[in-house]
Amino acid sequence: MSEAMGMLLAAEPDLPTIDDFLPRGILFQGTPFEINRIILIRIVATVLLLVVLGITAKRAKLIPGRWQGVVEMGIDFVRDSVVYQIMGEVRGKRYLPMISTLFFTIFVFNLCGIIPGMNMAATATVVMPLVFAVWVLIQYWITAVREKGLWGYIRDECFPKGVPWPVYILLAPIQLCELVLIRPASLTIRLFANMVSGHLLVATTLAFAQYWVIESANKLAGIPVGMLWFLFGLVLTLFEAFVAFLQAYVFAILSTVYISMSYPED
Amino acid sequence: MDIITLAEVAGNLSVIGYGLATLGPGLGLGILFGKAMESTARQPEVSGKIQMIMFIGLALVEVLGLLGFVAALIVK
Repeated sequence: MSEAMGMLLAAEPDLPTIDDFLPRGILFQGTPFEINRIILIRIVATVLLLVVLGITAKRAKLIPGRWQGVVEMGIDFVRDSVVYQIMGEVRGKRYLPMISTLFFTIFVFNLCGIIPGMNMAATATVVMPLVFAVWVLIQYWITAVREKGLWGYIRDECFPKGVPWPVYILLAPIQLCELVLIRPASLTIRLFANMVSGHLLVATTLAFAQYWVIESANKLAGIPVGMLWFLFGLVLTLFEAFVAFLQAYVFAILSTVYISMSYPED
Repeated sequence: MDIITLAEVAGNLSVIGYGLATLGPGLGLGILFGKAMESTARQPEVSGKIQMIMFIGLALVEVLGLLGFVAALIVK
């Protein structure tokens, strides 16, 4: 349908589809380094994060200013209420850089979903969460091999003590599947599906707002209904900011829990 | 539409599937948050720990609901 026809008829609001998450390439088409809109957002977000945190770290003073206070609050939050709370200080110190990196990167990437102009979370395709999840997978296997040895870890997880032996036939494959497949897959699906559904939700409310205010024939009913949709969209945008934080927090907590499960129990 | 057709349903069946998929996690979340509130009211001094365990449970329950969502995206 042509543009003019669309303006005249306007039978349907311009609802978002799943094609939003498969945008066309804008640079280097046809090569493996093809850059599309979402990858551009990732690059911008990464550069922004590095520059802002780098400048903050470079200008760090003993008595923090306002911005440094905010950054330190975030880092303290990851340290005290995520890593040290779960693993304790002795074991947790080693993983602090990794978990902080995960938390901040995921948080900023998720926030891209509600920044006007970007409007798409950088974690909204399956690849980016998968990278984080595989990183966590490799890390907890390395930790397990270092602390218990490979066979010790598999024995503790798949053949726990105090279980009658016929149960092992059922239990061992399930546990092994959990260790290598379900943990990273659930981390990935949780993050990516949350971002996809959040984008679809906000975009749907705003599409309805645009449809009712601008394209609806009946202006008397259309404008109040459209304003309501717009208000709803604003509320959902704030909710998405909360979800962005919550998902980063949950990802950090679960990574820490998985790593701490690789340690022998005291 | 001919006279035989009394009712017509248009749309995608996966919407109903996703509606069903939210039921179980909904129950789970209700129990989870209810119990967390209850135990925080009983022992406010360990509320931080309870909250953290609650979020771990939330993550595990949430992924079940999202599985329904992802399945609807994958299976066309």
